Amino acid sequence: MSDPSSINGGTAVAMVGKDCVAIACDMRLGSQSLGVSNNFEKVFNYGHVYLGLTGLATDVLTVYEDFRMKTNLYKMSEDRDIEPESFANLVSSTLYQRRFGPWFVGPLVAGLNSKTGKPFICGFDFIGCIDFAKDFVVSGTATDQLYGMCESLYEPNLEPEDLFETISQALLNAADRDALSGWGAVVYVITKDKVVKRYLKSRQD
Amino acid sequence: MPGLSFDNYQRNQFLTNSAGYNAPKATSTGTTIVGCKFKNGVVIAADTRATAGPIVADKNCEKLHRLAPKIWCAGAGTAADTEMVTQLISSNLELHSLSLNREPRVITSLQMLKQHLFKYQGHIGAYLIVAGVDPTGAHLFSIHAHGSTDVGYYLSLGSGSLAAMAVLERDWEPDMTKEQAMNLCAEAIQAGIWNDLGSGSNVDLCVMEVGKNAHLYRNHLTPNVREQKQRSYKFERGTTAILKQSIYNLVDVVEEPIATTGPDAMEVDS
Repeated sequence: MSDPSSINGGTAVAMVGKDCVAIACDMRLGSQSLGVSNNFEKVFNYGHVYLGLTGLATDVLTVYEDFRMKTNLYKMSEDRDIEPESFANLVSSTLYQRRFGPWFVGPLVAGLNSKTGKPFICGFDFIGCIDFAKDFVVSGTATDQLYGMCESLYEPNLEPEDLFETISQALLNAADRDALSGWGAVVYVITKDKVVKRYLKSRQD
Repeated sequence: MPGLSFDNYQRNQFLTNSAGYNAPKATSTGTTIVGCKFKNGVVIAADTRATAGPIVADKNCEKLHRLAPKIWCAGAGTAADTEMVTQLISSNLELHSLSLNREPRVITSLQMLKQHLFKYQGHIGAYLIVAGVDPTGAHLFSIHAHGSTDVGYYLSLGSGSLAAMAVLERDWEPDMTKEQAMNLCAEAIQAGIWNDLGSGSNVDLCVMEVGKNAHLYRNHLTPNVREQKQRSYKFERGTTAILKQSIYNLVDVVEEPIATTGPDAMEVDS
């Protein structure tokens, strides 16, 4: 028996490039050793802000829906989409509200500020402590592996096409060394004018 | 409704007790933090490492929090708790200060913090060194998660507090200059950075002098810069195999040439 964050498995990573960001996740959902779904995406978006959610799958879905409600109300009230920096603080406050009965999730936020174009990423622990990184953030059951992959593969100011390769290799190889992650992968590369979503070919064991 | 919610409490109790699951590890700040009084003020300092278990989660996090323009606080313990309790008391302190039409006082922030932490009986894991200048003078205090407070001319908290205190006990003297105090604090934090596994990376400093604005020295010392990598690990484009690709165009680019000369020229001031 282990902790709620590692029953379903799954992993995600986000990186900063030159005027772009990338966010990626695996597609596995399991019940400990039993693989259940190879179609469980863990990256969601609210307008131009992207949210990666790993951890207990029921909480991943609930938290995604909860933020969908909050960002929809924000949009109705402010008459504009929420920016990544603001959304990050919203995530932090929402998680801390559940300080003594938390959601077992590891969120990642990624996006470009629509006004300044500045790339933004950050990660959180399950009670909302924000980690503002300028290079990469990781989350899920393969965080140890991802830290190693990212720390070695990452370099600043990568172009979108190169950032795609770097984040993909970091995710794929980290997931291959984690029994609870894998079964497919999805990578989003976000730039000012478009978002490219790619499904990767990966090991299915 | 604002405030802390206990909605998931019953479910989580069941998971940890009956179903045998362990709770996940929250980000802790490991940490070395110090505070030191000098002739005309007080200085506080902290390292910049945040850990999640044995893993370094953040190599350059900010542990020096602003409670008020001239009252700053260093936090050790559970990172989310130190951040949130600091933000809460900072917000309330500003409202209080506006209401009273007076500069906020360090003892006020101390009282607000300790009463909040005591109420939660230590479950909010915030261990803070609070310091600042106010109309009453310069002050230095420390608070523990259960709500106890201490006063001192030099203090240290966190997993690296013993390493830091060894330096402070040896080198602190009364009526130091600002520069002496800054150096002493930097040395004390460094003792934690090198010798304590829970502390590392850089030294942040904040100087609060009577009659002056507070000055934050973010990354005052950076003795742990990673050396330049021997080679680039950039992959050849096309390395990663792709199954499916979709492109979401956010902007529709329409190219329309604008005539500047000739019969259709747009009118501009010459």
